Amino acid sequence: MVTTIDPSAARTRGPLVVEGRRRPARRPPAGRPTLLQRQDGGLFNIVNAIILLAFALIIVVPVWNIVVSSLATGTDLSQGVALFPRHWTLANYRQVLGDSSIWTAFGISVARTVLGALSHVLFCAMVAFAMSKGFLRGRKVYSAMGIVTMFFGGGMIPTYLLIKSLGLIDTFWVYIIPGLLAYFDVIILMNFFRGIPDSLDEAAKLDGANHFQTFWKIFLPLSKPALATIALFNGVGQWNDFYSPLLYINSNTWLYPMQMKIYQIVVQFQQSQVHGFNPNAASIVSSQGIQLATIVVTALPIVIAYPFLQKYFVGGMMIGAVKG
Amino acid sequence: MTAHPSAGRERPEGKFAAWLYDFRQQWQLQLMVWPGVVFIIVFGFLPLYGYVMAFQNYTVTSTIWNAPFVGLANFQLIVTDPTFWSSLVNTLGISLLKLVIEFPLSIVLAIMVYELAGGVFKRVVQAISYLPHFISWIVLGGMLVVWLSSTGLFNQIFGGSTNLLQQPGLYWLIAALSDTWKEVGWGTILYLAAMAAIDPSLYEVARVDGAGRFRRIWHITLPGIRGMIALQVILWVSGLFGSNLDQTMVLNNPLNDPRSNVINFYVYQVGLHQGNFSYGTAVGLGISLISLILLLGANFATKKLNDNTSML
Repeated sequence: MVTTIDPSAARTRGPLVVEGRRRPARRPPAGRPTLLQRQDGGLFNIVNAIILLAFALIIVVPVWNIVVSSLATGTDLSQGVALFPRHWTLANYRQVLGDSSIWTAFGISVARTVLGALSHVLFCAMVAFAMSKGFLRGRKVYSAMGIVTMFFGGGMIPTYLLIKSLGLIDTFWVYIIPGLLAYFDVIILMNFFRGIPDSLDEAAKLDGANHFQTFWKIFLPLSKPALATIALFNGVGQWNDFYSPLLYINSNTWLYPMQMKIYQIVVQFQQSQVHGFNPNAASIVSSQGIQLATIVVTALPIVIAYPFLQKYFVGGMMIGAVKG
Repeated sequence: MTAHPSAGRERPEGKFAAWLYDFRQQWQLQLMVWPGVVFIIVFGFLPLYGYVMAFQNYTVTSTIWNAPFVGLANFQLIVTDPTFWSSLVNTLGISLLKLVIEFPLSIVLAIMVYELAGGVFKRVVQAISYLPHFISWIVLGGMLVVWLSSTGLFNQIFGGSTNLLQQPGLYWLIAALSDTWKEVGWGTILYLAAMAAIDPSLYEVARVDGAGRFRRIWHITLPGIRGMIALQVILWVSGLFGSNLDQTMVLNNPLNDPRSNVINFYVYQVGLHQGNFSYGTAVGLGISLISLILLLGANFATKKLNDNTSML
């Protein structure tokens, strides 16, 4: 049947097989041959740094533009805002935060992110724990089945009909249940569990622990870094997901998360522009201002958490790359 | 092992009986793995079976078990469907632009970051370059609509006053460049990981032999990440027919639709909106098959180029 090898997904989570090597040794903090770089190619270093600075600005300046635009009045926006608005206002935020449907959407987003990530990581860890035991009967069949699902996926419509026949359409659980397991994450955790010494497992068994207890009391606490990384990636995916509400929430629109709210506002905005209306009537609050404020409110949790979590994200890519 | 009715008994001789005995002995582990197996059967395999719809005339009232078979009729319809062909052209156009712009750019960016001496500047540049990857397409789309509007950032910089998203001729470039903006930094991570595995003494030796910076990059860094580049080529080529539904949903408007309607978007529109389940599935199945062939083909080609070692 059919492949769904989606390069964007692959790029997100890293390929399955990477240079067959253990985690590459961390280079000394000063970088490769620092001294050597200073000795030759001084001009190279300067030009290189300037180009990279320009690259960073290409990312930062447009984002800055969005943030300040969300703090501008409608009159300002209709003339265009670049780096600073002429008149600052919090009116857009007052409007957005005064809208109870935004709070509902924010709550749905938070709930699906927390519940989804936790249940995903626990479910995957449970399966991975059993799969990490070489003596598990049927292991080869289970693993072949899992690998098949990584390469072949049902298309949009067959999956939709399945979700529908399971009665998940228009329920909150459509955010959680279909995302419980990703075999890629099972493989990562399985490899992590294999790295935990057998002696620990055996000692626990001598003390009378059963498999559930060794899983819960020994393997889970020892795997916190791997579990955290997988939960983080999954949480970002949940927060940013737009596909499930688009396809699976048809009439219970109060279940829309923030991403769907933004989508509705953006589509309205685009429509009004196509029809030649000026979206920024000469007023303080404008439809564009509301769109910008909603965008900032949605992106803010990720942008705030990002500097603290960045090392886990990058580390997660490496976990994916270590196997081989 | 905890007490179990069979725990005291001897392990039987017969192969199957012994297997069954072991299975029962490890019932706790099996109890942990089976929820996953059931999940894979339900969410992994049942939708695969759903592809038979592509050969049926499935309607809202029918089920997959009783819908009449129509053979390849749906695929015959596809061949003469102009909207399908234009969505195919748009998909390929955007993918090729991305391949030409984004793929080499992330290699160049990775090398430039690698050549930085380290320190705070390097860390900040890396952190900034990864950040857009974590912003959703819907949020980015909402930003793009503002940046590209008649009074937006772009027009202020370049002095124009037209809404760039309403220019069909610009759409492919907008789609490819915005994807590059979002993902190029994240794309460097795997190259940087491969570079970290290069033996530093190689650079030392090359320098002693009088090789300049560019020659060291060309003769040491690039060969060092050859395997990773080959892997990325395979993934890019197999993704040529893939399209980004989120991006299209948020950037599409009636004016740019002739250039922004991509395959995924078309399947969504025809299949789920208009209820042509069978037709939409047939389009999806056809594209998936082409992608599979491309994947195998690209793997074969890089294998030939890489001394018969497979990258997958």
